[in-house]
Amino acid sequence: MQIRTRNLYLIPYLTWILLFVVAPILLIVYYSFFNVDGQFTLGNYQKFFTPVYLKMTLSSFWYALLITIISLLIAYPTAYWLTKTKHKQLWLLLIILPSWINLLLKAYAFLGIFGTYGPTNKLLESLGIGTQQILFTDFSFLFVSVYIFIPFMILPIYNALEEMNHSLLDAANDLGASQWTTFRRVIFPLTLDGVKSGCQAVFIPALSLFMITRLVAGNRVITLGTAIEQHFLVTQDWGMGATIAVFLIIAMAFIMMLTRKRK
Amino acid sequence: MADQTIIRFENVTKQYDQDPAVLNDVSFSIERGRFYTLLGPSGCGKTTILRLIAGFTEPTKGNIYFHEKVMNDVPANKRQVNTVFQDYALFPHLNVFENVAFGLRIKGCKNDEIKRKVLEALRFVNLVGYENREIKEMSGGQRQRVAIARAIVNEPEVILLDEPLSALDLKLRTEMQYELRELQRRLGITFVFVTHDQEEALAMSDEIFVLNEGNIEQSGTPTDIYDEPINRFVADFIGESNIVPGVMKEDYLVQCAGKNFDCVDGGFNRNEQVEIVIRPEDLEITLPDQGKLRMKVDSQLFRGVHYEICGYDQDGNEWLVHSTKKANVGEEIGLYFDPEAIHVMRLGETEEEFDKRLEAYSEATHAD
Repeated sequence: MQIRTRNLYLIPYLTWILLFVVAPILLIVYYSFFNVDGQFTLGNYQKFFTPVYLKMTLSSFWYALLITIISLLIAYPTAYWLTKTKHKQLWLLLIILPSWINLLLKAYAFLGIFGTYGPTNKLLESLGIGTQQILFTDFSFLFVSVYIFIPFMILPIYNALEEMNHSLLDAANDLGASQWTTFRRVIFPLTLDGVKSGCQAVFIPALSLFMITRLVAGNRVITLGTAIEQHFLVTQDWGMGATIAVFLIIAMAFIMMLTRKRK
Repeated sequence: MADQTIIRFENVTKQYDQDPAVLNDVSFSIERGRFYTLLGPSGCGKTTILRLIAGFTEPTKGNIYFHEKVMNDVPANKRQVNTVFQDYALFPHLNVFENVAFGLRIKGCKNDEIKRKVLEALRFVNLVGYENREIKEMSGGQRQRVAIARAIVNEPEVILLDEPLSALDLKLRTEMQYELRELQRRLGITFVFVTHDQEEALAMSDEIFVLNEGNIEQSGTPTDIYDEPINRFVADFIGESNIVPGVMKEDYLVQCAGKNFDCVDGGFNRNEQVEIVIRPEDLEITLPDQGKLRMKVDSQLFRGVHYEICGYDQDGNEWLVHSTKKANVGEEIGLYFDPEAIHVMRLGETEEEFDKRLEAYSEATHAD
């Protein structure tokens, strides 16, 4: 009886999963077997293994990797510093706050900030460096992406650091470890789960970025996300778009497995 | 004896910001191969002393010497002491072997040397065969042993133990008390043990420091401290006691509860106001007219080993008696005690003055 009522509570969740997770995935797989004219084909998969798409995949992974690494390099020290500050909650709020603002708005804001007549160029000019092309470069793409993803990296690392028993640091110190050794042998291994979660939360969405690539990178950076968008909205080749999506899903599943937490 | 001293505190004060001092001008020394206990209620500064020795914190004033060298600024990782933490602080990502090997690996010992030493340390704490266990697979008592092994494997001169038994249940705690004491004897390393449990302190120590509000109230062997507490705080904190006001009529004669009693304390002024201590187990129940005191039984608790009987004499002083004999609530009983059972405390006496007085009058006694 009790088990039955408990199962009842599962209904909303299962419905949601079925309608919005399982069904779309099945649809994507289904569409990937049809060409533009609606005929069954395996051609989309063949096409994916041509240099054009492989290069695109490689570049997607490369940029996602760069974004993840840069975020991690900034987020870890920040999270560490956060655990030491007095007003943790306030600082945390300030870091999370930007992630509540619409992505598109933030992207547009950067168009203004990095634009030819924007404040960044004004500053460069007053420093005597002169106006630079900042928008539509790798730099601006990485900068904006990191800016957008960094809260998702900081939070899990911060939580892992907070959860860590601080007498472990005393213990390491007591046993002769210097600060660096303590970090290497105790702090980092114990926050590895947080780092993995953070990398997951950054790398996976970064793989399928498309808005920023178009707005900030001016379509100079073509990722799998961009390609999917183009196929669905511009070339109307839903089959090819779906095929790329299938590979993206496989890649994500693979990454989730790689960054799985210890039991 | 001087070369036996390993650690010496000289007028050490520790103060955080503008708060009252956690430690107040404390001086003491710690010798090789003995078992020391820092005993006191929470917030008395005992853990602060431990952290000062370990090097996790620095004194605000005064000096800490290791082998007569000032060690105030030497960081924790350069000190020849190891700590067993209250929550054990074992590394959850390492197994038992690697936890114990941690200090040796940092020192850069060779692998076969590490293996030999770790296994030896594990044998010392009866954990042979547990090398490959994860920490979370170990019980509380076993974790405790791992923590001890992790400390002793580095062969420190002093091991600091911060209330290591407080998380264990009563039976295991008693077992570990024996084991710790035994281990200390076998290793011959100095142990500095922090606890708020007076029974633990009495059972294990060579020497106890009783601390209160950042001061050392009294130091001495367990029997010294139990039999001759220097003041009301120590008498009250170490064991249960009856403390009643009295007047010292002359040496070896004290008046309390309206009667004069022989005692063995001296060195007081005539008619000096004092406090007298009688331990509950030193009071013997007799028939009402055969005791030195009469009291009416107010309540009685069965404690297993003994009855805890509480009552009041005619003057309204409360008396606590531990007796294997049963009394009846509401009944009048007599209390008998030996002159040796009375311990007289001078009001507001420091440990130094106490020692001096003790010396002076025991010399006088011997001269007789």
